[in-house]
Amino acid sequence: MMDYSNKIKEIAKKLLEEKTVDSVIGFKKGTLPMMTMPILINEPGKTDDLYWDSFCNMNLANYLPKRAEKVGIFAKGCDSRNIVNHIVENQIKREQLHIIGIPCEGMLDKRKIRALLGEKELKEVSESKTSVTLKGEGFEETIEKKDYLQDNCKTCLHRNPVIYDELLGDLLAENQGPDPYDDVEQIEKIGSGERWDFFQGLIKNCIRCYACRNACPLCYCPTCFVDESDPQWVGKSDDSVDTMTFHLLRAYHCAGRCTDCGACEQACPMDINVRLFTRKLNKDALKLYGWEAGLKLDERPPLDTYRPDDYDEFIR
Amino acid sequence: MTDKMIKKDQFMGFLHKLKNDYNVFIPAKEDDNFYNFTALGEKETFDFDYKNTRLSPKSFALPQSEKMFEFSLNKSDKDANILREAASDSSNTAIVGIRPCDANAFKVINANFDNPEFRDPWWTKHRDSLTLIGLGCNEPDSTCFCTSAGGGPFDEKGLDILLFDLDEHILIRPITKKGGKLLETADINQEADSSLKQKADEVKAASEKKISSHVATDKLKSKNALELFNASFWDDIAFSCINCGTCTFLCPTCWCFDIQDEVNYDQGDRIRNWDSCMFPLFTLHASGHNPRPEKVQRVRQRFMHKLKYYVDKYDNGIACVGCGRCVKYCPVNIDIREVIRLMNE
Amino acid sequence: MTDNPYLPYPVKIQEIITETEDNNLKSYKLTFLNKEDEGNFSYTPGQFCEISIPGKGEIPIGIASSPTEKGFVMFTVNKTGVVTRFLHNMEEDELLGIRGPLGNWYPWEQMEGKNVLVIGGGFAFTTLRSSIVYMLEPENRKKFKDITVVYGSRSPGLLLYRNELIEWEKRDDINMHITVDGTDDPDWKYNVGFVPTITEKKITTSEDTYAIVCGPPIMIKFTQPVLEKIGFTAEKIIMSLEMRMKCGIGICGRCNIGDKYVCKDGPVFSLAELNELPNEY
Repeated sequence: MMDYSNKIKEIAKKLLEEKTVDSVIGFKKGTLPMMTMPILINEPGKTDDLYWDSFCNMNLANYLPKRAEKVGIFAKGCDSRNIVNHIVENQIKREQLHIIGIPCEGMLDKRKIRALLGEKELKEVSESKTSVTLKGEGFEETIEKKDYLQDNCKTCLHRNPVIYDELLGDLLAENQGPDPYDDVEQIEKIGSGERWDFFQGLIKNCIRCYACRNACPLCYCPTCFVDESDPQWVGKSDDSVDTMTFHLLRAYHCAGRCTDCGACEQACPMDINVRLFTRKLNKDALKLYGWEAGLKLDERPPLDTYRPDDYDEFIR
Repeated sequence: MTDKMIKKDQFMGFLHKLKNDYNVFIPAKEDDNFYNFTALGEKETFDFDYKNTRLSPKSFALPQSEKMFEFSLNKSDKDANILREAASDSSNTAIVGIRPCDANAFKVINANFDNPEFRDPWWTKHRDSLTLIGLGCNEPDSTCFCTSAGGGPFDEKGLDILLFDLDEHILIRPITKKGGKLLETADINQEADSSLKQKADEVKAASEKKISSHVATDKLKSKNALELFNASFWDDIAFSCINCGTCTFLCPTCWCFDIQDEVNYDQGDRIRNWDSCMFPLFTLHASGHNPRPEKVQRVRQRFMHKLKYYVDKYDNGIACVGCGRCVKYCPVNIDIREVIRLMNE
Repeated sequence: MTDNPYLPYPVKIQEIITETEDNNLKSYKLTFLNKEDEGNFSYTPGQFCEISIPGKGEIPIGIASSPTEKGFVMFTVNKTGVVTRFLHNMEEDELLGIRGPLGNWYPWEQMEGKNVLVIGGGFAFTTLRSSIVYMLEPENRKKFKDITVVYGSRSPGLLLYRNELIEWEKRDDINMHITVDGTDDPDWKYNVGFVPTITEKKITTSEDTYAIVCGPPIMIKFTQPVLEKIGFTAEKIIMSLEMRMKCGIGICGRCNIGDKYVCKDGPVFSLAELNELPNEY
């Protein structure tokens, strides 16, 4: 993964020099270990800022809506699926994009690594193909990447970009791995009262900063329902009813659209497993409609389509 | 007032004794992976190696939501439609282990809430009820830049008491009368000996040297506000910003709030809630006009407020204490130190 | 102001006057429930209050009455959002609250001994009405030289305080230039044209004159160059601004322009002051 950095710089430089695109969206190395920053580059001379490692965990598709120029964008499997979403939902035009696909072996979860280190401060991270070395004052520890992947990457079935104009590296074999909805099924099994308590517990630390929503490429509404003030749908205090309303409604707005990229969880400053809300609906979309978001350019998600000839009577 | 000492193994005893007269809060993890201030119960122990809490302790004086008033909309009630001040708890509270940067933040915010023209009744009441018992930072993180923000790892300014963690002993330094009173209440009266005091000085000096992050803020005051406002770097800074409220909500000095009425049947509350200049709604007029409709304007507002407007208004330094929370937890790595560098250039 | 600056004075609606033919503007004459509050409520034209409706919230509204009018405080309210819509459905004798007076006022001390030019547009004439009534009070009138008013709205039916405008027209101690953007009323005997145009036509000198301007952004945008052309310096062009506000006392943080809070350091600013501030309002 790390050797992608140089290729990324080259490709971006070429695209800008040859004016294939007006700007390139990629990642810059962060000012701290495990951090990266999405950047927009529009001069070939500045492409050296581009960077890639296993902590490029934000979803760059989030930066596409409203862009007017031709954009080059580096896209992991999940990012590419959100680009498909954007195209289908008319947030950007296909011809405006030059997509450089990056087959992705999974991003590392900074929350898990923080939990491992406790109060020890991480000062340096270096990675090899399968492992990561963490260094700080008085410690050096090498961990296996596979043990510290983001949860969504562990169960990812689309590591390869689903849409691209050029590809960085070779396509990967897709996971045939474990049931990605194992944990959802566990939650489904418990009684409704207990389940409610479980979800209440999940959001007990939520501070309503909306990092999960704002990191999400799906959440591009000009005014989110929680920000609507006339009429005001949701209270603004820390009352758990309002907090829960936000999380549940947001999840429903993402039903059949979520690619499980995990940006919400990586953005959350309070380490909340926000994906537990959206994944139940991903599972339902799959089980009820055979649908996975962001794979088809010519079909709208099942929950935003209406057909007069629908085979279900109740909707006709 | 003179420095006191106790043995480290007596520290929990001291805290439990304090509970007779104070609500005692210490940093604790509960079932999360991070520390927050938690009411001292039987199971909590004080972790001297803790770095800092995920959320800042500003909420002790400025809770995320606070009921200001109550009212009845039931016309048969005598005081229907008339606001009554809500009861609020302002009993003595000791925050033990607060870091000097976070204590400084109370001073920064205080300039706003307690000024010659207006005193915010809730802020002042809560603030007066707090006794801040700071723990000096023996091992500051590389994201700590308190010494560039008018503080230091053992800065005493915002504290009532400062604790030095010196292996087997704790040196306890009363700073204010309030702090002295707390120590009297808890019968802390063993004078610190000179060797321990010397050790405290050494630990403090060593820690200040360990601060590796330095940013100059010297030119901010003399800079022209309009030139800074119109500077070319804001677009670059703002690009990655997702306009969430992480920086403002985690920040120990961000104080902006909203006031909302909430009604349940015919009884209601007027509540104030943390608000964030990152949110478009923050400045949206009822007419639909918004003076800060774009993300870049909101990002600029946050930094200009902290690093220029506050500086000009109060002549009290910057409205940042260098705690490093936003640096660590901004999901897209917008690093305020880099912004300060650009603004001070 | 009470000890708690967030606690409104309880007031009762004494009278509701529908001001405009579209019913979107109504004036509310309010009386204090507690007599001592009235004594404590001492204001100057240009100031505003937070009108507080329990259950709906608060909104900043300029005070439309003049301190020389005793026994009530008046606000003229445009129906725009949650609070104003509710207020428009309230009836006489119902209770609400007001918090204030808040903010600064027009620079009355500086304007003493000078000519005053009042320019207003649409429903932003409220604190200007307060100012005119205040200046026309016999005790105060002698403190000012010529008083000139340019006030316009889209059509005759949208002018505020029509009866008073007509009364002022008849007086010889105030020069009135009432205008509308357009009208098909054959009996309309005043001006037709936008406020900036009428200002340019009717106002010939800036000598010894302060201009106080209040109106929608578009009117201010086009009036400002006209005033500058006539010779007004930025120090003598005085404007009143609007912002989303909550606390009204410079604490909650949302209504700033640069390091100034519109609620506390404003709402009245000279153009010279605004020129020093970011263009973010």
